[in-house]
Amino acid sequence: MAVANTERVGARPKTPLDVPVVEFNDVTKVYDGGSVAVQSASMRIGRGEFVFLVGPTGCGKSTCIRLLMKELEPSRGEVSIAGRPLSEVPRSRVPYLRRNIGVVFQDYKLLPHRTVYDNVAYSLQVIGESRKEIRRKVPDILRLVGLSTKLHNFPNELSGGEQQRVSVARAFVNHPPLLLADEPTGNLDPETSIGIMQLIYRINRTGTTVIVATHDKEMVDKMRRRVIELREGRIVRDELSGLYRPDESTTEFAVRLRGELGIGAEGHPN
Amino acid sequence: MRWGFFLREALRGLRRSSAPALAALLTVLLTAVVLGVFIPIVQATTGTANEVRSRVVVDVYIKESASATEQADLRTAIEKTANVKSVEYISKQEALARARDKNPKAFEEGAELLGSNPLPASFRVTPEDPDKLDQVVTRLNAGGEPQLAAIDEVRDREEDTDKILSATGLVKALTAGLAVLLVVASIALIANTIRLSVFARRREVEVMKLVGATNWFIRWPFVIEGIIVGFFGGLLAVLLLGVVKTTFVDPLSDRFALLAAPDTIDFPLLVVVLMFACITVSALGSGITLRRFLRV
Repeated sequence: MAVANTERVGARPKTPLDVPVVEFNDVTKVYDGGSVAVQSASMRIGRGEFVFLVGPTGCGKSTCIRLLMKELEPSRGEVSIAGRPLSEVPRSRVPYLRRNIGVVFQDYKLLPHRTVYDNVAYSLQVIGESRKEIRRKVPDILRLVGLSTKLHNFPNELSGGEQQRVSVARAFVNHPPLLLADEPTGNLDPETSIGIMQLIYRINRTGTTVIVATHDKEMVDKMRRRVIELREGRIVRDELSGLYRPDESTTEFAVRLRGELGIGAEGHPN
Repeated sequence: MRWGFFLREALRGLRRSSAPALAALLTVLLTAVVLGVFIPIVQATTGTANEVRSRVVVDVYIKESASATEQADLRTAIEKTANVKSVEYISKQEALARARDKNPKAFEEGAELLGSNPLPASFRVTPEDPDKLDQVVTRLNAGGEPQLAAIDEVRDREEDTDKILSATGLVKALTAGLAVLLVVASIALIANTIRLSVFARRREVEVMKLVGATNWFIRWPFVIEGIIVGFFGGLLAVLLLGVVKTTFVDPLSDRFALLAAPDTIDFPLLVVVLMFACITVSALGSGITLRRFLRV
Protein backbone atom coordinates (compact mmCIF):
# COMPACT_ATOMS: atom_id res chain seq x y z
CA MET A 1 0.00 0.00 0.00
CA ALA A 2 2.67 2.44 1.07
CA VAL A 3 4.68 1.47 -1.96
CA ALA A 4 1.79 2.05 -4.32
CA ASN A 5 1.21 5.41 -2.76
CA THR A 6 4.75 6.67 -3.08
CA GLU A 7 4.72 5.48 -6.64
CA ARG A 8 1.72 7.52 -7.44
CA VAL A 9 3.15 10.61 -5.81
CA GLY A 10 6.47 9.92 -7.48
CA ALA A 11 4.86 9.90 -10.89
CA ARG A 12 3.71 13.43 -10.20
CA PRO A 13 6.73 15.30 -8.94
CA LYS A 14 6.09 16.79 -5.55
CA THR A 15 5.20 20.34 -6.30
CA PRO A 16 6.09 23.30 -4.18
CA LEU A 17 3.06 25.15 -2.91
CA ASP A 18 3.45 28.05 -5.29
CA VAL A 19 3.15 25.88 -8.41
CA PRO A 20 -0.51 25.86 -9.39
CA VAL A 21 -2.20 22.47 -9.70
CA VAL A 22 -3.95 23.66 -12.83
CA GLU A 23 -2.78 26.38 -15.13
CA PHE A 24 -4.32 27.59 -18.37
CA ASN A 25 -1.98 29.84 -20.30
CA ASP A 26 -3.75 31.72 -23.07
CA VAL A 27 -5.62 28.60 -24.13
CA THR A 28 -7.76 28.57 -27.26
CA LYS A 29 -9.68 25.57 -28.49
CA VAL A 30 -11.24 25.61 -31.91
CA TYR A 31 -13.13 22.49 -32.91
CA ASP A 32 -12.64 20.99 -36.35
CA GLY A 33 -15.94 22.45 -37.47
CA GLY A 34 -14.57 25.92 -36.75
CA SER A 35 -16.60 26.68 -33.63
CA VAL A 36 -14.54 28.34 -30.92
CA ALA A 37 -15.08 26.68 -27.55
CA VAL A 38 -12.46 28.42 -25.45
CA GLN A 39 -10.74 31.64 -26.35
CA SER A 40 -7.53 32.98 -24.82
CA ALA A 41 -8.37 31.61 -21.40
CA SER A 42 -5.78 32.00 -18.66
CA MET A 43 -6.23 30.89 -15.08
CA ARG A 44 -4.27 29.44 -12.20
CA ILE A 45 -5.80 27.15 -9.63
CA GLY A 46 -3.75 26.43 -6.55
CA ARG A 47 -3.47 23.35 -4.46
CA GLY A 48 -6.48 22.55 -2.33
CA GLU A 49 -8.72 25.13 -3.96
CA PHE A 50 -12.41 24.62 -4.64
CA VAL A 51 -13.37 26.32 -7.89
CA PHE A 52 -16.66 26.66 -9.72
CA LEU A 53 -16.57 27.06 -13.47
CA VAL A 54 -19.86 28.70 -14.31
CA GLY A 55 -21.62 29.99 -17.35
CA PRO A 56 -24.45 29.10 -19.72
CA THR A 57 -24.39 25.95 -21.79
CA GLY A 58 -21.92 26.10 -24.62
CA CYS A 59 -19.65 28.58 -22.86
CA GLY A 60 -16.72 26.18 -22.83
CA LYS A 61 -16.92 24.65 -19.34
CA SER A 62 -16.94 21.06 -20.53
CA THR A 63 -14.21 21.81 -23.03
CA CYS A 64 -12.01 23.04 -20.17
CA ILE A 65 -12.62 19.79 -18.28
CA ARG A 66 -11.85 17.72 -21.37
CA LEU A 67 -8.69 19.72 -22.01
CA LEU A 68 -7.55 18.92 -18.48
CA MET A 69 -8.08 15.19 -19.10
CA LYS A 70 -6.16 15.46 -22.35
CA GLU A 71 -9.20 14.18 -24.15
CA LEU A 72 -8.70 17.22 -26.36
CA GLU A 73 -5.63 19.17 -27.33
CA PRO A 74 -5.73 22.97 -27.20
CA SER A 75 -5.43 24.68 -30.57
CA ARG A 76 -3.21 27.32 -29.01
CA GLY A 77 -1.74 27.95 -25.59
CA GLU A 78 -0.78 25.49 -22.90
CA VAL A 79 -2.62 23.58 -20.22
CA SER A 80 -0.44 22.46 -17.32
CA ILE A 81 -1.16 20.23 -14.39
CA ALA A 82 1.13 20.49 -11.39
CA GLY A 83 3.55 22.52 -13.45
CA ARG A 84 3.74 19.93 -16.20
CA PRO A 85 2.53 21.01 -19.64
CA LEU A 86 0.07 18.45 -20.97
CA SER A 87 1.48 18.80 -24.46
CA GLU A 88 4.59 17.08 -23.13
CA VAL A 89 2.62 14.07 -21.94
CA PRO A 90 2.88 11.42 -24.68
CA ARG A 91 -0.26 9.54 -25.67
CA SER A 92 0.91 6.38 -24.01
CA ARG A 93 1.21 8.19 -20.67
CA VAL A 94 -2.28 9.69 -20.78
CA PRO A 95 -3.80 6.80 -18.78
CA TYR A 96 -1.29 7.49 -16.00
CA LEU A 97 -2.19 11.17 -16.07
CA ARG A 98 -5.85 10.27 -15.69
CA ARG A 99 -5.18 8.09 -12.68
CA ASN A 100 -4.22 11.27 -10.88
CA ILE A 101 -7.47 12.97 -11.83
CA GLY A 102 -10.83 11.91 -10.48
CA VAL A 103 -13.77 12.70 -12.73
CA VAL A 104 -17.50 12.95 -12.07
CA PHE A 105 -19.95 13.43 -14.91
CA GLN A 106 -23.52 14.58 -15.24
CA ASP A 107 -24.51 11.20 -16.66
CA TYR A 108 -22.45 9.26 -14.06
CA LYS A 109 -20.72 7.10 -16.69
CA LEU A 110 -20.87 3.95 -14.61
CA LEU A 111 -20.22 0.53 -16.10
CA PRO A 112 -23.81 -0.69 -16.46
CA HIS A 113 -23.17 -4.40 -16.07
CA ARG A 114 -21.08 -4.22 -12.94
CA THR A 115 -22.22 -3.90 -9.38
CA VAL A 116 -21.54 -0.79 -7.33
CA TYR A 117 -18.63 -2.62 -5.72
CA ASP A 118 -17.13 -3.67 -9.06
CA ASN A 119 -17.52 -0.21 -10.53
CA VAL A 120 -15.45 1.31 -7.77
CA ALA A 121 -13.05 -1.63 -7.74
CA TYR A 122 -12.38 -1.20 -11.46
CA SER A 123 -10.47 2.03 -11.02
CA LEU A 124 -8.27 0.25 -8.49
CA GLN A 125 -7.80 -2.78 -10.73
CA VAL A 126 -6.69 -0.41 -13.46
CA ILE A 127 -3.73 0.76 -11.40
CA GLY A 128 -2.85 -2.81 -10.49
CA GLU A 129 -3.93 -2.67 -6.87
CA SER A 130 -3.90 -6.02 -5.10
CA ARG A 131 -7.13 -7.79 -4.38
CA LYS A 132 -6.58 -7.48 -0.69
CA GLU A 133 -6.24 -3.71 -0.93
CA ILE A 134 -9.31 -3.52 -3.12
CA ARG A 135 -11.32 -5.47 -0.59
CA ARG A 136 -10.22 -3.05 2.08
CA LYS A 137 -10.59 0.23 0.22
CA VAL A 138 -13.82 -0.19 -1.71
CA PRO A 139 -16.14 -0.79 1.26
CA ASP A 140 -14.42 2.09 3.04
CA ILE A 141 -15.07 4.59 0.33
CA LEU A 142 -18.61 3.33 -0.21
CA ARG A 143 -19.29 3.83 3.49
CA LEU A 144 -17.98 7.37 3.12
CA VAL A 145 -20.49 8.13 0.36
CA GLY A 146 -23.26 6.37 2.26
CA LEU A 147 -23.81 3.37 0.03
CA SER A 148 -22.55 0.57 2.22
CA THR A 149 -25.87 -1.24 1.94
CA LYS A 150 -25.91 -1.25 -1.86
CA LEU A 151 -22.58 -2.88 -2.64
CA HIS A 152 -24.08 -5.56 -4.82
CA ASN A 153 -26.71 -3.58 -6.63
CA PHE A 154 -26.35 -2.71 -10.29
CA PRO A 155 -26.39 0.94 -11.36
CA ASN A 156 -29.85 0.70 -12.91
CA GLU A 157 -31.24 -0.36 -9.54
CA LEU A 158 -30.10 2.89 -7.95
CA SER A 159 -31.56 6.38 -7.91
CA GLY A 160 -29.76 9.16 -9.77
CA GLY A 161 -28.32 10.54 -6.55
CA GLU A 162 -27.03 7.15 -5.53
CA GLN A 163 -25.47 6.57 -8.93
CA GLN A 164 -23.71 9.91 -8.66
CA ARG A 165 -22.42 8.87 -5.25
CA VAL A 166 -20.95 5.76 -6.79
CA SER A 167 -19.33 7.90 -9.43
CA VAL A 168 -17.85 10.20 -6.75
CA ALA A 169 -16.62 7.17 -4.84
CA ARG A 170 -14.97 5.83 -7.97
CA ALA A 171 -13.34 9.18 -8.67
CA PHE A 172 -11.97 9.46 -5.17
CA VAL A 173 -11.02 5.91 -4.27
CA ASN A 174 -7.46 6.48 -5.53
CA HIS A 175 -7.22 9.73 -3.57
CA PRO A 176 -6.24 11.72 -6.65
CA PRO A 177 -4.78 15.19 -6.10
CA LEU A 178 -7.29 16.68 -8.54
CA LEU A 179 -11.01 16.10 -8.86
CA LEU A 180 -12.98 17.35 -11.86
CA ALA A 181 -16.75 17.40 -11.87
CA ASP A 182 -18.71 18.23 -15.01
CA GLU A 183 -22.25 19.23 -14.03
CA PRO A 184 -22.30 16.73 -11.16
CA THR A 185 -25.76 17.86 -10.06
CA GLY A 186 -27.19 18.48 -13.51
CA ASN A 187 -29.62 15.57 -13.36
CA LEU A 188 -30.46 15.74 -9.67
CA ASP A 189 -33.07 17.45 -7.56
CA PRO A 190 -31.90 20.25 -5.23
CA GLU A 191 -31.95 18.13 -2.09
CA THR A 192 -29.87 15.35 -3.63
CA SER A 193 -27.59 17.95 -5.19
CA ILE A 194 -26.75 19.31 -1.78
CA GLY A 195 -25.77 15.83 -0.67
CA ILE A 196 -23.44 15.42 -3.63
CA MET A 197 -21.88 18.86 -3.22
CA GLN A 198 -21.39 18.14 0.44
CA LEU A 199 -19.53 15.01 -0.53
CA ILE A 200 -17.35 16.86 -3.01
CA TYR A 201 -16.68 19.55 -0.47
CA ARG A 202 -15.65 16.91 2.01
CA ILE A 203 -13.19 15.55 -0.53
CA ASN A 204 -11.86 19.07 -1.01
CA ARG A 205 -11.29 19.32 2.73
CA THR A 206 -8.87 16.41 2.54
CA GLY A 207 -6.61 18.61 0.41
CA THR A 208 -7.80 17.60 -3.04
CA THR A 209 -8.12 20.38 -5.56
CA VAL A 210 -11.67 20.42 -6.91
CA ILE A 211 -12.99 22.00 -10.07
CA VAL A 212 -16.75 21.89 -10.57
CA ALA A 213 -18.30 22.98 -13.82
CA THR A 214 -21.92 23.84 -13.20
CA HIS A 215 -24.80 26.09 -14.02
CA ASP A 216 -26.51 25.36 -10.73
CA LYS A 217 -26.84 28.97 -9.61
CA GLU A 218 -28.25 28.26 -6.18
CA MET A 219 -25.48 25.89 -5.32
CA VAL A 220 -22.78 28.35 -6.31
CA ASP A 221 -24.44 31.15 -4.40
CA LYS A 222 -24.71 29.05 -1.27
CA MET A 223 -21.19 27.69 -1.33
CA ARG A 224 -19.41 31.01 -1.79
CA ARG A 225 -16.22 29.63 -3.21
CA ARG A 226 -14.00 30.85 -5.98
CA VAL A 227 -16.00 31.34 -9.18
CA ILE A 228 -14.62 31.54 -12.68
CA GLU A 229 -17.24 32.60 -15.17
CA LEU A 230 -16.98 31.74 -18.82
CA ARG A 231 -18.96 33.37 -21.56
CA GLU A 232 -18.62 32.35 -25.16
CA GLY A 233 -15.29 30.79 -24.38
CA ARG A 234 -13.78 33.76 -22.58
CA ILE A 235 -13.14 34.09 -18.88
CA VAL A 236 -15.17 37.12 -17.90
CA ARG A 237 -14.92 36.91 -14.12
CA ASP A 238 -12.72 35.31 -11.51
CA GLU A 239 -13.77 35.97 -7.91
CA LEU A 240 -12.36 34.42 -4.81
CA SER A 241 -15.68 34.00 -3.07
CA GLY A 242 -18.28 34.71 -5.62
CA LEU A 243 -21.87 34.26 -6.53
CA TYR A 244 -23.12 32.69 -9.71
CA ARG A 245 -23.81 36.28 -10.78
CA PRO A 246 -22.38 39.19 -8.84
CA ASP A 247 -24.85 41.13 -6.72
CA GLU A 248 -26.89 43.46 -8.77
CA SER A 249 -29.62 45.86 -7.97
CA THR A 250 -33.04 45.26 -9.38
CA THR A 251 -32.37 48.08 -11.82
CA GLU A 252 -29.23 46.48 -13.13
CA PHE A 253 -31.08 43.20 -13.30
CA ALA A 254 -33.82 44.67 -15.42
CA VAL A 255 -31.37 46.39 -17.74
CA ARG A 256 -29.43 43.21 -18.21
CA LEU A 257 -32.52 41.15 -18.79
CA ARG A 258 -33.86 43.60 -21.35
CA GLY A 259 -30.50 43.66 -23.03
CA GLU A 260 -30.45 39.90 -23.19
CA LEU A 261 -33.99 39.73 -24.52
CA GLY A 262 -33.22 42.40 -27.07
CA ILE A 263 -35.72 44.94 -25.75
CA GLY A 264 -34.62 48.58 -25.80
CA ALA A 265 -33.61 50.33 -22.57
CA GLU A 266 -36.50 52.78 -22.80
CA GLY A 267 -38.78 50.75 -20.51
CA HIS A 268 -39.47 51.70 -16.91
CA PRO A 269 -36.36 51.22 -14.89
CA ASN A 270 -38.49 50.77 -11.77
CA MET B 1 -3.20 -12.03 -10.54
CA ARG B 2 -3.29 -9.88 -13.63
CA TRP B 3 -3.89 -12.71 -16.13
CA GLY B 4 -6.45 -14.19 -13.81
CA PHE B 5 -8.16 -10.82 -13.82
CA PHE B 6 -8.09 -10.59 -17.61
CA LEU B 7 -9.48 -14.09 -17.93
CA ARG B 8 -12.28 -13.36 -15.51
CA GLU B 9 -13.05 -10.13 -17.37
CA ALA B 10 -13.14 -12.06 -20.66
CA LEU B 11 -15.51 -14.67 -19.25
CA ARG B 12 -17.68 -11.93 -17.79
CA GLY B 13 -17.77 -10.27 -21.21
CA LEU B 14 -18.75 -13.52 -22.90
CA ARG B 15 -21.48 -14.20 -20.39
CA ARG B 16 -22.89 -10.72 -20.63
CA SER B 17 -22.90 -10.42 -24.42
CA SER B 18 -23.59 -14.07 -25.06
CA ALA B 19 -25.75 -13.44 -28.13
CA PRO B 20 -23.11 -11.58 -30.18
CA ALA B 21 -20.47 -13.99 -28.92
CA LEU B 22 -22.57 -16.91 -30.11
CA ALA B 23 -23.02 -15.21 -33.48
CA ALA B 24 -19.26 -14.77 -33.75
CA LEU B 25 -18.74 -18.41 -32.79
CA LEU B 26 -21.19 -19.58 -35.44
CA THR B 27 -19.50 -17.42 -38.04
CA VAL B 28 -16.13 -18.87 -37.17
CA LEU B 29 -17.62 -22.38 -37.22
CA LEU B 30 -19.24 -21.99 -40.63
CA THR B 31 -16.29 -20.34 -42.33
CA ALA B 32 -13.94 -22.94 -40.88
CA VAL B 33 -16.14 -25.74 -42.21
CA VAL B 34 -16.25 -24.14 -45.66
CA LEU B 35 -12.48 -23.65 -45.62
CA GLY B 36 -11.96 -27.18 -44.36
CA VAL B 37 -13.91 -28.54 -47.29
CA PHE B 38 -12.39 -26.16 -49.78
CA ILE B 39 -8.70 -26.61 -48.97
CA PRO B 40 -8.62 -30.33 -49.99
CA ILE B 41 -10.70 -29.56 -53.06
CA VAL B 42 -8.26 -26.88 -54.18
CA GLN B 43 -5.39 -29.23 -53.58
CA ALA B 44 -7.01 -32.10 -55.44
CA THR B 45 -7.75 -29.83 -58.38
CA THR B 46 -4.27 -28.38 -58.61
CA GLY B 47 -2.87 -31.86 -58.09
CA THR B 48 -4.87 -33.17 -61.03
CA ALA B 49 -3.90 -30.17 -63.11
CA ASN B 50 -0.23 -30.76 -62.35
CA GLU B 51 -0.59 -34.40 -63.17
CA VAL B 52 -2.02 -33.46 -66.56
CA ARG B 53 0.79 -31.01 -67.12
CA SER B 54 3.36 -33.69 -66.48
CA ARG B 55 2.11 -35.32 -69.66
CA VAL B 56 3.68 -32.53 -71.69
CA VAL B 57 6.61 -34.19 -73.44
CA VAL B 58 9.03 -33.80 -76.35
CA ASP B 59 9.72 -36.75 -78.59
CA VAL B 60 13.17 -37.01 -80.08
CA TYR B 61 13.20 -39.48 -82.94
CA ILE B 62 16.44 -41.30 -83.55
CA LYS B 63 17.89 -41.87 -86.99
CA GLU B 64 17.58 -45.44 -88.20
CA SER B 65 21.25 -45.41 -89.01
CA ALA B 66 22.42 -44.36 -85.54
CA SER B 67 24.68 -46.84 -83.80
CA ALA B 68 24.32 -47.91 -80.16
CA THR B 69 27.12 -45.59 -79.01
CA GLU B 70 25.61 -42.68 -80.90
CA GLN B 71 22.31 -43.38 -79.18
CA ALA B 72 23.99 -43.51 -75.77
CA ASP B 73 25.79 -40.21 -76.51
CA LEU B 74 22.50 -38.65 -77.56
CA ARG B 75 20.87 -39.80 -74.34
CA THR B 76 23.55 -38.21 -72.16
CA ALA B 77 23.43 -35.05 -74.27
CA ILE B 78 19.66 -34.77 -73.77
CA GLU B 79 19.92 -35.52 -70.09
CA LYS B 80 22.44 -32.69 -69.70
CA THR B 81 20.13 -30.18 -71.38
CA ALA B 82 18.62 -27.59 -69.05
CA ASN B 83 15.04 -28.11 -67.83
CA VAL B 84 15.03 -31.84 -68.60
CA LYS B 85 13.53 -33.92 -65.86
CA SER B 86 13.69 -37.41 -67.30
CA VAL B 87 14.41 -39.23 -70.54
CA GLU B 88 12.68 -42.42 -71.52
CA TYR B 89 13.88 -44.68 -74.32
CA ILE B 90 11.20 -46.10 -76.57
CA SER B 91 12.43 -48.81 -78.89
CA LYS B 92 10.97 -49.56 -82.30
CA GLN B 93 9.02 -52.55 -80.95
CA GLU B 94 7.69 -50.55 -78.04
CA ALA B 95 6.63 -47.73 -80.34
CA LEU B 96 4.71 -50.20 -82.47
CA ALA B 97 3.09 -51.81 -79.44
CA ARG B 98 1.98 -48.42 -78.15
CA ALA B 99 0.60 -47.39 -81.52
CA ARG B 100 -1.29 -50.67 -81.69
CA ASP B 101 -2.75 -50.14 -78.23
CA LYS B 102 -3.98 -46.74 -79.23
CA ASN B 103 -5.61 -47.79 -82.43
CA PRO B 104 -5.98 -51.59 -82.62
CA LYS B 105 -8.18 -51.59 -85.73
CA ALA B 106 -5.62 -49.87 -87.94
CA PHE B 107 -3.09 -52.52 -87.10
CA GLU B 108 -5.29 -55.55 -87.60
CA GLU B 109 -3.95 -55.86 -91.09
CA GLY B 110 -1.66 -52.83 -91.16
CA ALA B 111 1.41 -54.46 -89.71
CA GLU B 112 1.28 -57.21 -92.29
CA LEU B 113 0.60 -54.71 -95.05
CA LEU B 114 3.67 -52.71 -94.15
CA GLY B 115 5.81 -55.74 -93.86
CA SER B 116 8.29 -54.17 -91.53
CA ASN B 117 7.98 -51.82 -88.54
CA PRO B 118 8.00 -48.23 -89.87
CA LEU B 119 8.19 -46.52 -86.51
CA PRO B 120 11.54 -45.08 -85.39
CA ALA B 121 13.02 -45.50 -81.92
CA SER B 122 12.80 -42.36 -79.83
CA PHE B 123 13.58 -40.64 -76.58
CA ARG B 124 10.61 -39.24 -74.71
CA VAL B 125 11.80 -36.15 -72.79
CA THR B 126 9.79 -34.88 -69.82
CA PRO B 127 10.57 -31.26 -68.94
CA GLU B 128 11.11 -29.97 -65.41
CA ASP B 129 8.81 -27.01 -66.02
CA PRO B 130 6.22 -27.56 -68.75
CA ASP B 131 5.90 -23.81 -69.28
CA LYS B 132 9.52 -23.65 -70.43
CA LEU B 133 9.31 -26.51 -72.86
CA ASP B 134 10.62 -24.21 -75.59
CA GLN B 135 14.05 -24.16 -74.00
CA VAL B 136 14.44 -27.88 -74.49
CA VAL B 137 13.10 -27.78 -78.00
CA THR B 138 15.40 -24.97 -79.13
CA ARG B 139 18.45 -26.62 -77.55
CA LEU B 140 17.81 -29.84 -79.44
CA ASN B 141 16.32 -28.43 -82.58
CA ALA B 142 17.38 -24.84 -83.17
CA GLY B 143 15.62 -23.30 -86.19
CA GLY B 144 14.11 -26.64 -87.19
CA GLU B 145 17.57 -28.22 -87.62
CA PRO B 146 18.49 -31.13 -85.32
CA GLN B 147 21.55 -30.12 -83.30
CA LEU B 148 22.89 -33.62 -82.69
CA ALA B 149 23.94 -36.14 -85.30
CA ALA B 150 21.74 -39.03 -84.21
CA ILE B 151 18.52 -36.98 -84.17
CA ASP B 152 16.15 -37.55 -87.01
CA GLU B 153 13.43 -35.21 -85.84
CA VAL B 154 12.25 -33.37 -82.70
CA ARG B 155 8.56 -33.13 -82.12
CA ASP B 156 6.96 -31.22 -79.23
CA ARG B 157 3.34 -31.74 -80.26
CA GLU B 158 2.86 -28.02 -80.02
CA GLU B 159 -0.94 -27.99 -80.24
CA ASP B 160 -1.52 -30.54 -77.49
CA THR B 161 1.01 -28.86 -75.28
CA ASP B 162 -0.56 -25.45 -75.69
CA LYS B 163 -4.00 -26.82 -74.93
CA ILE B 164 -2.86 -28.64 -71.84
CA LEU B 165 -0.94 -25.67 -70.55
CA SER B 166 -3.70 -23.13 -71.05
CA ALA B 167 -6.46 -25.37 -69.68
CA THR B 168 -4.61 -26.42 -66.57
CA GLY B 169 -3.32 -22.89 -66.06
CA LEU B 170 -6.87 -21.60 -66.10
CA VAL B 171 -8.02 -24.22 -63.62
CA LYS B 172 -5.17 -23.43 -61.27
CA ALA B 173 -5.72 -19.68 -61.50
CA LEU B 174 -9.45 -20.09 -60.89
CA THR B 175 -9.05 -22.24 -57.81
CA ALA B 176 -6.36 -19.95 -56.45
CA GLY B 177 -8.62 -16.95 -57.02
CA LEU B 178 -11.52 -18.69 -55.32
CA ALA B 179 -9.34 -19.66 -52.38
CA VAL B 180 -8.18 -16.07 -51.91
CA LEU B 181 -11.74 -14.78 -52.17
CA LEU B 182 -12.94 -17.31 -49.65
CA VAL B 183 -10.22 -16.47 -47.15
CA VAL B 184 -10.84 -12.73 -47.51
CA ALA B 185 -14.59 -13.22 -47.16
CA SER B 186 -14.10 -15.37 -44.05
CA ILE B 187 -11.88 -12.81 -42.39
CA ALA B 188 -14.23 -9.96 -43.26
CA LEU B 189 -17.23 -11.89 -41.98
CA ILE B 190 -15.61 -12.85 -38.70
CA ALA B 191 -14.19 -9.37 -38.16
CA ASN B 192 -17.59 -7.85 -38.79
CA THR B 193 -19.39 -10.11 -36.35
CA ILE B 194 -16.79 -9.36 -33.70
CA ARG B 195 -17.16 -5.67 -34.43
CA LEU B 196 -20.82 -5.89 -33.54
CA SER B 197 -20.07 -7.46 -30.20
CA VAL B 198 -17.36 -4.90 -29.44
CA PHE B 199 -19.51 -2.05 -30.68
CA ALA B 200 -22.19 -2.96 -28.16
CA ARG B 201 -19.69 -2.24 -25.43
CA ARG B 202 -18.02 0.89 -26.74
CA ARG B 203 -19.50 3.05 -23.98
CA GLU B 204 -17.86 0.86 -21.43
CA VAL B 205 -14.54 1.16 -23.17
CA GLU B 206 -14.90 4.91 -23.05
CA VAL B 207 -15.53 4.83 -19.30
CA MET B 208 -12.55 2.56 -18.76
CA LYS B 209 -10.34 5.01 -20.58
CA LEU B 210 -11.63 7.85 -18.42
CA VAL B 211 -10.63 6.13 -15.20
CA GLY B 212 -7.11 5.68 -16.55
CA ALA B 213 -7.02 2.17 -17.98
CA THR B 214 -4.20 1.65 -20.47
CA ASN B 215 -5.14 0.42 -23.93
CA TRP B 216 -3.79 -3.05 -23.30
CA PHE B 217 -5.56 -3.30 -19.98
CA ILE B 218 -8.81 -2.83 -21.88
CA ARG B 219 -7.76 -4.85 -24.89
CA TRP B 220 -6.54 -8.07 -23.29
CA PRO B 221 -9.95 -9.26 -22.09
CA PHE B 222 -11.33 -8.67 -25.58
CA VAL B 223 -8.45 -10.55 -27.16
CA ILE B 224 -8.92 -13.45 -24.74
CA GLU B 225 -12.61 -13.45 -25.58
CA GLY B 226 -11.61 -13.67 -29.24
CA ILE B 227 -9.29 -16.57 -28.52
CA ILE B 228 -12.02 -18.44 -26.65
CA VAL B 229 -14.58 -17.84 -29.40
CA GLY B 230 -12.08 -18.80 -32.11
CA PHE B 231 -11.02 -21.91 -30.22
CA PHE B 232 -14.53 -23.26 -29.73
CA GLY B 233 -15.67 -22.25 -33.22
CA GLY B 234 -12.66 -24.01 -34.71
CA LEU B 235 -13.06 -27.03 -32.46
CA LEU B 236 -16.70 -27.53 -33.43
CA ALA B 237 -15.83 -27.09 -37.10
CA VAL B 238 -13.05 -29.67 -36.88
CA LEU B 239 -15.33 -32.12 -35.10
CA LEU B 240 -17.98 -31.63 -37.76
CA LEU B 241 -15.43 -32.11 -40.54
CA GLY B 242 -14.08 -35.21 -38.82
CA VAL B 243 -17.53 -36.75 -38.60
CA VAL B 244 -18.31 -35.98 -42.24
CA LYS B 245 -14.93 -37.32 -43.32
CA THR B 246 -15.20 -40.65 -41.51
CA THR B 247 -18.84 -41.29 -42.35
CA PHE B 248 -19.09 -40.07 -45.94
CA VAL B 249 -15.78 -39.32 -47.59
CA ASP B 250 -13.62 -42.22 -46.46
CA PRO B 251 -15.99 -44.99 -47.63
CA LEU B 252 -16.38 -43.27 -51.00
CA SER B 253 -12.74 -42.50 -51.59
CA ASP B 254 -12.10 -46.05 -52.80
CA ARG B 255 -14.34 -45.40 -55.73
CA PHE B 256 -13.61 -41.80 -56.57
CA ALA B 257 -10.11 -40.87 -57.53
CA LEU B 258 -10.56 -37.20 -56.78
CA LEU B 259 -11.49 -37.89 -53.15
CA ALA B 260 -8.48 -40.11 -52.72
CA ALA B 261 -6.14 -37.67 -54.43
CA PRO B 262 -2.80 -38.46 -52.89
CA ASP B 263 -1.34 -35.01 -52.43
CA THR B 264 -4.19 -33.47 -50.42
CA ILE B 265 -3.50 -32.20 -46.94
CA ASP B 266 -3.47 -34.71 -44.08
CA PHE B 267 -6.42 -34.41 -41.76
CA PRO B 268 -4.33 -33.74 -38.62
CA LEU B 269 -2.47 -30.96 -40.43
CA LEU B 270 -5.76 -29.55 -41.67
CA VAL B 271 -7.02 -29.52 -38.07
CA VAL B 272 -3.95 -27.61 -36.89
CA VAL B 273 -4.18 -25.10 -39.74
CA LEU B 274 -7.89 -24.47 -39.18
CA MET B 275 -7.61 -24.10 -35.42
CA PHE B 276 -4.68 -21.75 -35.77
CA ALA B 277 -6.49 -19.65 -38.39
CA CYS B 278 -9.71 -19.46 -36.34
CA ILE B 279 -7.97 -18.41 -33.15
CA THR B 280 -5.70 -15.89 -34.84
CA VAL B 281 -8.39 -14.24 -36.92
CA SER B 282 -10.79 -14.08 -34.00
CA ALA B 283 -8.25 -12.72 -31.52
CA LEU B 284 -6.82 -10.20 -33.96
CA GLY B 285 -10.33 -9.20 -34.99
CA SER B 286 -11.26 -8.38 -31.40
CA GLY B 287 -8.04 -6.55 -30.72
CA ILE B 288 -8.06 -4.51 -33.88
CA THR B 289 -11.71 -3.48 -33.93
CA LEU B 290 -11.24 -2.07 -30.44
CA ARG B 291 -8.69 0.39 -31.73
CA ARG B 292 -11.37 2.75 -32.94
CA PHE B 293 -12.93 3.03 -29.54
CA LEU B 294 -9.65 3.36 -27.71
CA ARG B 295 -8.92 6.73 -29.26
CA VAL B 296 -10.33 8.85 -26.47
